[in-house]
Amino acid sequence: MAKYLILIYGDEQRWDAMTPQQVSAHHAAHRAFSEAGGAAVLGGEQLEASSVATSLRADPAGGYTTTDGPFLETKEALGGYYVIDVPDLDAAVALAARLPEVAADHSGVEIRPIVGM
Amino acid sequence: MTADVVAAVAEAHRRDWAQVFAATARFTRDLDLAEECTQEAYAQALQTWPRTGIPDRPGAWLTTTARNRALDALRRESVLRRSLPLLVAEPVPGPEDGFASDDRLRLVFTCCHPALSRDAQVALTLRLVCGLSTVEVARAFLVQEATMAARITRAKKKIAAARIPYRAPSPEHLGERLDAVLGVVYLIFTTGHTAPTGTRLVRADLVDCAIGLARMLHLLMPREYEITALLALLLLVDVRRDSRVSASGRLVLLAEQDRSRWDRAQIGEAAALVTEALRGRPPTRYAVEAAIAAVHAQAPSWAETDWTEIVGLYDVLRELWSSPVVELNRAVAIGMRDGPAAGLDALAPLLAEPALATYGYLSAARADFLRRLGRLPEAAEAYEEALTLTDNEVERAFLAGRLSEVRRAADHRG
Repeated sequence: MAKYLILIYGDEQRWDAMTPQQVSAHHAAHRAFSEAGGAAVLGGEQLEASSVATSLRADPAGGYTTTDGPFLETKEALGGYYVIDVPDLDAAVALAARLPEVAADHSGVEIRPIVGM
Repeated sequence: MTADVVAAVAEAHRRDWAQVFAATARFTRDLDLAEECTQEAYAQALQTWPRTGIPDRPGAWLTTTARNRALDALRRESVLRRSLPLLVAEPVPGPEDGFASDDRLRLVFTCCHPALSRDAQVALTLRLVCGLSTVEVARAFLVQEATMAARITRAKKKIAAARIPYRAPSPEHLGERLDAVLGVVYLIFTTGHTAPTGTRLVRADLVDCAIGLARMLHLLMPREYEITALLALLLLVDVRRDSRVSASGRLVLLAEQDRSRWDRAQIGEAAALVTEALRGRPPTRYAVEAAIAAVHAQAPSWAETDWTEIVGLYDVLRELWSSPVVELNRAVAIGMRDGPAAGLDALAPLLAEPALATYGYLSAARADFLRRLGRLPEAAEAYEEALTLTDNEVERAFLAGRLSEVRRAADHRG
């Protein structure tokens, strides 16, 4: 078995603009994903908007500077994640493809293998 | 070392590399180690066979030798290795899965996995399935050896780290996965058939790799019509290999090729495959392309080609696989059926097609129709445009020849 991080990226403005009906359909789709994954889904969360992120970087004085906002400014922001445990990449792709963000035109997911110990 | 042994090892390399490597990789579950051991087994054959004689089954000898090398290496460095996870391989292939139990299919589907970029798929397939050296693969794609080595290393690392499974796809995914494999084979063939730049028009090693791959896939999955069709298509295009370039290295158009040099046996084999492939319903892209190539291959001459049939097949093809290049070829066929004025009309809408804006064959086709209509200054302009769009020296020499011919005729006319 192998663990993967599924990173969910999308256009935050489009996420914010969802109607209540769309939001509840979206949540239902995530529940369906979790049910389909069963024990393979180890965890996952939705994240607050990237505008409330805080980033820390080293500064030349040996300390760190704090900045308001995400680490990387990108058009598509990280909106949530899952950690899954499946036999191989084909299984990870098959499961991740069930996420509603894969079907929507303004979002998508990235699958990253987690280094095994 | 006798010439017999050298020839036998070369033959075993061509015929058995994929099998030896694939079986070794399933055993080692490590592509790098399998590559090393397979290579060593071939080197060992050159040393051992002069003493022992050439074995009855060279492939089996090489597989056993590679496997023993792997065992030694694994015993020696079991602690050092394992910086990357092992290949995900199914423990024991079920007896019911038929073709999926073949190691070569596991290998080819893994090399052409959709999670790898097309560049990586092609490089891995040439290196691991066809057994080309990294230098040869680099040369085929006109990149530095170091660049190609890095590309292959990164692809192998992704297979291990992302756990791309070492197996053939399940039946429900076979269609899309096979498309990727056939796309790779086709790309290798076309790269070899018209080398993008350089002084030679054909790179025979790549063409042979592609045909070898298509033959292997056809042998392992005889019921997949798309494979049958692709094999037929490659064989039919390949019969023109020797007649496409004159003794002096000049490009010879299909219209002017010496058809007596075409291998009739190969055409016969391919035509039977086309018939077989067309039984698949609905017909597939490669089947229709192969049928078009078969009409050309079986025509006694360019003039006596059944252009009505060719236009009809392009009409089917554009429904299945619509692309500006298909439209261009269809327009050329219309010109052949109905005359150069009709051809020019058929080409006209394509001039606004952005995908063809830098496609030299469009300018060349226009130039040819204009020349035949006697519109010489316009023809000269079109040849000039075509010349700026190809880097292949053989094609350039052909176009330059036509250009000066047209200019002379135009001057003569005043």
